[in-house]
Amino acid sequence: MAVMNQDKSLQLEIKDLSMSFGGIKAIRNVSISVQAGEIYSIIGPNGAGKTTIFNCISGIYKAQQGSIRFEDRELLGVKPDRIAQMGVARAFQNIALFKGMTVLDNLMSARVHLMKYGLLGAALYLGACQREEVQNRDAVEDVIEFLDLQSVRKSPVSSLSYGLQKRVELARALAMKPKILLVDEPVSGMNLEEREDMARYIIDINEEMEITVVLIEHDMGLVMDLSDRVTVLNFGTKIAEGTPGEVSSNPEVVKAYLGDEQ
Amino acid sequence: MANFKVNYREDTALFQNLWVKSWLVIFIVTMLVLPFLLSRYQLSILDEMGIAVIGALGLNLLIGYTGQISLGHGAFVAIGAYTSGLLAGTLGVPFIISLPLSGMTAALLSLIVGVPSLRLKGLYLALGTLAFGFIIEYILFHWDLTRGDTGMAVPKIGTEGFFIETERQFFYLIMFFAAVATLVAKNLARTKIGRSFVAIRDRDIAAEAMGISLSKYKIMAFAVAAFYAGVAGSLMAYYQKWIVPGNFDITLSIAYIAMIVLGGMGTVLGSILGAILITGIPHAIVYLTDALRGTYPNLSNLIVDLKLGIFGLVIVLTLLLEPQGLVGIYRRIKVYWKTWPFKY
Repeated sequence: MAVMNQDKSLQLEIKDLSMSFGGIKAIRNVSISVQAGEIYSIIGPNGAGKTTIFNCISGIYKAQQGSIRFEDRELLGVKPDRIAQMGVARAFQNIALFKGMTVLDNLMSARVHLMKYGLLGAALYLGACQREEVQNRDAVEDVIEFLDLQSVRKSPVSSLSYGLQKRVELARALAMKPKILLVDEPVSGMNLEEREDMARYIIDINEEMEITVVLIEHDMGLVMDLSDRVTVLNFGTKIAEGTPGEVSSNPEVVKAYLGDEQ
Repeated sequence: MANFKVNYREDTALFQNLWVKSWLVIFIVTMLVLPFLLSRYQLSILDEMGIAVIGALGLNLLIGYTGQISLGHGAFVAIGAYTSGLLAGTLGVPFIISLPLSGMTAALLSLIVGVPSLRLKGLYLALGTLAFGFIIEYILFHWDLTRGDTGMAVPKIGTEGFFIETERQFFYLIMFFAAVATLVAKNLARTKIGRSFVAIRDRDIAAEAMGISLSKYKIMAFAVAAFYAGVAGSLMAYYQKWIVPGNFDITLSIAYIAMIVLGGMGTVLGSILGAILITGIPHAIVYLTDALRGTYPNLSNLIVDLKLGIFGLVIVLTLLLEPQGLVGIYRRIKVYWKTWPFKY
C-alpha cells in the first residue's frame, strides 16, 4: 500500500459527471475525488463506464454535465493536448503506441511539450536544439531504466511482445513527467509473472516518483493489494467507494459482480 | 568498424562514425568532379533529379511522416515557380531573395489546405487537395499577370558581371540546395518535429493525449511540405527559363507521389531514391530506344506510348515486390553485408 501524503490535498475532483452517447447514458452523476499521492482504483463490470471516465478526464470525450477539476483548474472543454501538458498522463487499454517508431522515439515523443526549440532550431539542429534533445534523452533514459526497457531501447515497438508493449505504454506515459497517471487495465492478458512485475512498477511509480495513480483493472487481487481507495461503478453509476476491505464486503458490489441470490 | 558511444550527443549524431563520414567526403568530392566528366545532356538529367529530390523530400514529410495525403503538391511547385517568375521578371528581385520568398508564399498558401485538414481525413483530404491543384492551375491559365498558355520568361540568376547560365553552374547551384534540403529534412525527422509528425500518423488520439497539438503540427507539416515545393518550383523556373501552367498539372503531383511511394514512405533516403528513379526512367527509355534504333527502326515512333507503359509497369512491379520501396531493398542489402558471411 502506498505511503499517504500527510496533507492529503485534493488533486483530481470529478463532480456530478454525466455523459451519454445518443440514448445510452454511459455515466450518470459520478463524483470521484482523488487525493495527491494515492493509488485510486475504479472497478466495475464490462460497460460500466470506467474507460469513458478516463476519456472525459483526458479530454477525448466532452461530458455533457458536471465538472472535472485538476489542481483547481477546470478540465472540461480543454483540449486533450493542453490537459496532457498540465500533467495528466494516460496509458491506454488497447495499446496505442506509435507503431512506426522505436521504443526510444515513442518515449521521446511524449516529451515534445517539454522541449522549447522551434521549427527553425530543429531544421538547423542548432545548439539549443541539441542541448534540449540530449537533456530530454537523459530523462527518458531514467524512465527506460526504471521500467527495465534497456534491451529493447532501439527496437521498433511493433516487434515487441504484448506484455512488453504494455510496459512501453506505461513508460511513454511516465516520460511525460506527469503529476497524475491514468492507467487503463495494465495487466489484462498477461501471465502471472508479468502481472507481478507490473504491480511492482505501479507501486514504484507511486512511491518513488510520487505520482498519483488512478487505475482501472479487472484483476481483483491486484486492485485489492495496490489501492488506497476503490470506487465501484455499475451501469454508469457509482455504487460504492472506500478502502479495498470496505468495498469487497459491500453487498451492492457483491450483487453487481455475482448477481442476485435467488 | 567500432561503434561505441559514450554519451547521448554521439548517439544522436547524424553522421555516426568515421566510416559514414569518409563515405560522405567521397560523395561530396564525386559531386564536385562530376560536371567535368559528364556531357551537358547527362548533367541536365542530374539537375532535373536534384530539383525533384527537393520536392519529394517535402511531400514525404507530409504524406510519409505525417500521414496527410496531398494530391496538390504540383500546385505548390507552381506557386513557387510563378512567385519567382513574377518577382524576378516584373520587379527584378534577385534570386537570393526570390527563392526564400517563393517557399514562403507556398507555405502561406498551404494554410488553404492545411486548416481544413484539421477536419478532413483520408479520401476527403485527398479530394480537397486535388481541388486546390485544379484551382491553382485555373488561376495560372486565366490570370492576366501569369499570361496563361503563352507562359512567362524567367530572367537569369546573377547581376552585371556574373550570371549562372551554363549546365555546370546550375548543377552546383541545384545540388547545393538539394543537399541543404536533405540535411534539413534529416534534422526535422530526428527532432521533436519529426516525432510529432509520425505520432500523428500512427495514432492521432494517443499523440494528443501525449501533449502533441494536432492542429499545430498538421498545419506545420503542410507548410513545410509547401515550402519545399516552393523552393523546388523556384529552382525549376530559373532553370527552365520559361514557365507555362501545363508544367504543373496533376501529372506533376502524381509523379511526386510515385517518387515517395517507390522510394519509401517516411524515410529521407526514400525520397531521394524515388526522385532519382522517377526522373530517370523516361531518360533511360529514350536511351534504350536510341540504342535499339538500328535493329528496330519503328521503335522511336512508339516511344510516347512506351514511356507511359513502362512507367506504369515499374510502379506496379515495385509495389508488388517491394512494398517498402527502394529503401526496403537498400536495408536488406545492408543487413546482408553487415552479417556476411553469417546468415543471421
